[in-house]
Amino acid sequence: MQLIRKNISKAIVTVFMGALSIVFLIPLVWMVSAAFKYEKDVMRFPIQWIPEKINVAYNFKTVWMGKVPFYEFYFNSFKIAIITTIITLIISSMSAYALTKINFKGRNLVFMALLSFMIIPDQATLIPRFLLIRWFGLYNTHAAIIFMSMFSIYFTFLLRQFMIGVSDEFIEAARIDGAGHVRIFSSIMVPLCKPVLATVAIIKFIWTWNDYQNPLIFLLDKDLYTIPLGMTLFRDDFTNNYAIMMTAAVSAIIPLLIVFIALQKQVINGIALGGVKG
Amino acid sequence: MEAVKQPVPDIQREPRKKFWTPHRKEAMIGWLFLTPEIVGMLFLNVFALGFSLYLSLSKWDLLSGVKGIEFTGFDNYVKMFHDPTIIQAVKNNVIYMILTVPIPIAIALVLAVLIHNSVFFKDYFKVAFFIPYISSIIAVAAVWSALFHPSLGPINQFLMDIGISNPPKWLVDPKTSLLSIAIISSWASLGYTIIIYMAGLTNISNEIYEAAEIDGAGPMKKFFAITVPMLRPTTFFLLITMLIGSFKVFDVIAYLTEGGPNNSSMVLVYRIYEEGFKYHNMGYASAISWLLFAIIGIITALTWKMRNED
Repeated sequence: MQLIRKNISKAIVTVFMGALSIVFLIPLVWMVSAAFKYEKDVMRFPIQWIPEKINVAYNFKTVWMGKVPFYEFYFNSFKIAIITTIITLIISSMSAYALTKINFKGRNLVFMALLSFMIIPDQATLIPRFLLIRWFGLYNTHAAIIFMSMFSIYFTFLLRQFMIGVSDEFIEAARIDGAGHVRIFSSIMVPLCKPVLATVAIIKFIWTWNDYQNPLIFLLDKDLYTIPLGMTLFRDDFTNNYAIMMTAAVSAIIPLLIVFIALQKQVINGIALGGVKG
Repeated sequence: MEAVKQPVPDIQREPRKKFWTPHRKEAMIGWLFLTPEIVGMLFLNVFALGFSLYLSLSKWDLLSGVKGIEFTGFDNYVKMFHDPTIIQAVKNNVIYMILTVPIPIAIALVLAVLIHNSVFFKDYFKVAFFIPYISSIIAVAAVWSALFHPSLGPINQFLMDIGISNPPKWLVDPKTSLLSIAIISSWASLGYTIIIYMAGLTNISNEIYEAAEIDGAGPMKKFFAITVPMLRPTTFFLLITMLIGSFKVFDVIAYLTEGGPNNSSMVLVYRIYEEGFKYHNMGYASAISWLLFAIIGIITALTWKMRNED
């Protein structure tokens, strides 16, 4: 009896929350529906959720192959996000390994220093970083963006947290067999950390993909633009063509949605992991 | 033919102490592993911060080269405290903070508890609320700019439909531009807050709730007497990251309003961007950076103090 009552109340809450989640997602549903429409139908009210006349082929052709070609931004975004992710993984896991499994004086000092750097906001050092990049001759290159985002103390901490839990016995055993740290790191630690490395990789990829500030500051030429920056061009060129803008927005979001829905457990757990230790 | 190896006399080896003791070798490898991160941090934080401090005490337009840096002492700081757009920006940052921190935290807490305890299809809800957080904020901002269109936008057409003849003009009205930005960012980040709270909820053991139930506690009582206090560390974590985050808001504003109309959505980071990258006032932009850094430092210190006094 009690169980039935519990389930009924659970069903009611589910229906209520389901309605709420639909309202919450309406902006994105509207976006997708607008990408299928003729411009004159986009702002028509009441909203045609399923458009009568479909113009999706033209919209996507204009976005992908038109004057402001999306495929270029796509390529740039992929290139930057993949390279940044790989370098971040290497740098952060190396630091995390040193901070947990190599014993030496000064280790804790480095740890405390890194910890304290976390409170320095990116924007407080924007001007000097811009100047550094210019002096290195990297202004208006993808390397500038990669350099700006490849260091991540946040991920070093996530990985450190995980590596603390890896038993030292593996490492002792390998040392007795004569393996050095480089070897232990690459053939024992990295394979053991695969799940957490995968999580970090996905999150880093999504964040780099969505970054707007760094490309805005460090890129000048349109053919170097990433997707978020490319969105700005669509806004400027198609101010009053919302169908085209929504098609561009759909194009920007779809790959992320695919990655996310396929790997939601890793993404959500990874984000949660960062929060709990706080 | 190889020469017959002469046995090396022991005396020659003994006085030379080995430099690479296992201890030293271990330390060297440790530092080598840390080198990339340390070099990066020295450049991007230590050097950058010092350089920014020096620039903040100078006047420099970038185009005149390094020789053009002119030391002016505290002039930039004096100017800053009399600059109406800076005062406006700080005010807007505070209003934005009030709009985007406590209310979304409270909403996320309630939603997280409901999803955790009292719905079927838990995974669907986690994903549904999380989707905007994953989506590119700029793409999402483009969607909202259409939804918020003052006359044609679906939101205002709906409001007029239900009898509001004079709906707000959202992004283009100085009275509502900041509120509109706050709605967009809160919507986009709500999923993150929910996920962090749900992670906190899984750490509360069921036994406490069962004990309370035996004592006859209802759902409201359980929420306020157990859930809220037990989640205090999570709330603290969210509070500190979201307070700091609210002072760093930039993307949505840069894309949608550029601080306007009439500076109504002007914030400190956009001001840094404008002074530095549009007008090339590197010294003045650095002084504003230090103001931002100081404010974030104060917020961090205050929240830490708050937590320790608990």
